[in-house]
Amino acid sequence: MEDGRPLFVQIAEEVESSVLDGSLAEGERAPSTNELAVFHRINPATAAKGINLLVDREILIKRRGLGMFVAEGAQETLRAQRRQRFADHYLTPMLAEARYIGLSVETVIELLRERDQQRPT
Amino acid sequence: MSYDTTGTAAQVRGVTRRYRSATALDDVTVGFQQDMIHGLLGRNGAGKTSLMSIVTGQDWPSEGEVDVFGQRPHENEQVLPRICFVREDQRYIDDAKASHAFNAAALAFPNWDWGLAERLISDFNLPQKTRIKKMSKGQRSAVAVIIGLASRADITFFDEPYMGLDAVARQTFYDRLLQDYAEHPRTIVLSSHLIDEIAHLIENVVLIDSGRVLLTEPVEQLRGRAVTLVGRADAVREITADREVLSRESLGRMERTTVLGALTETEQRRMVELDVDVVPVSLQQLVVHLTTRDPQSGDQEVAR
Repeated sequence: MEDGRPLFVQIAEEVESSVLDGSLAEGERAPSTNELAVFHRINPATAAKGINLLVDREILIKRRGLGMFVAEGAQETLRAQRRQRFADHYLTPMLAEARYIGLSVETVIELLRERDQQRPT
Repeated sequence: MSYDTTGTAAQVRGVTRRYRSATALDDVTVGFQQDMIHGLLGRNGAGKTSLMSIVTGQDWPSEGEVDVFGQRPHENEQVLPRICFVREDQRYIDDAKASHAFNAAALAFPNWDWGLAERLISDFNLPQKTRIKKMSKGQRSAVAVIIGLASRADITFFDEPYMGLDAVARQTFYDRLLQDYAEHPRTIVLSSHLIDEIAHLIENVVLIDSGRVLLTEPVEQLRGRAVTLVGRADAVREITADREVLSRESLGRMERTTVLGALTETEQRRMVELDVDVVPVSLQQLVVHLTTRDPQSGDQEVAR
């Protein structure tokens, strides 16, 4: 769990991924602060910060006395956010590398099509 | 989050501790917030043990004052049962077995939990019938660690008792500590010079060096204090031009530079363009930087 970004952001992203791939369904109880802390071997305050980030983004909702639950519509919210970030996170570095090694945009598009066809189903 | 963020469990004000010729603590003022895990970090001989001995009422300051839960701990029957201090060189009565030490601790600490103690005894595979004097270093450390955890004292100081444990047993200690802390929040102070091992467990850092407190700061904030950039030398130099450089290394046309301060968004974008990578600065590296800086140039800036 060490790649430069703050630990609580990584915790939040991990919960997000579970929501995105459906392993944590909408309406389901999300892992508690203490469960996350013990599992990832981190201070509970750090885990709480990650959870709070998701509450702020309306991915999780707090139910008093019961814990944290995945909000209705959370999956779609996350997908929309990820689509927005897609260009920045994947296309910009890819195009930078392509330019660096002398690949034209057209070639890159061709490569993408080829790759997509080879995709294991 | 139910963690109390207002109360101070222990407060030290202007404490100096002199031994015959040496000054172990020099005008130390520091507070340990309640229900947090604190890391008391510093090099060997920095004054960690002296500070903990004084806060726990086992040693007297030459000057200054100490409060634990609002009272002087020294010879104070009301506060001492709420304080647990386990140290690496913990001494026991001659011929005592582990069971004797645990029975004594159960009497001394009102929150003592036998269930937890027994789980830990089996986790650490501790022989109960062996005299502590005859135990291996690791087993003696386990006795100390079990007392520290099972006492469930309102404030517990661990003065590197885990140093005698091997890597597997240390991980067991860290795991059990976190589990029990999550269920029973209380104030914990871990002293260590193996900083990276405890970096994720602690919420707050107290860094001492040569008997002085260099800083008291939440870990998260401390981590943001510096970044390391790796990339082509000209690119790295462009981004770090106006920054205070902590260290700089180069290999051919590559350079690795650690600078103070977080990166701005503009800088981050420029880094992507110039193909410069950010490498996290570990807490250990940061502490090394902060405790080995030239005192003339760096000290005031760091101590603030």
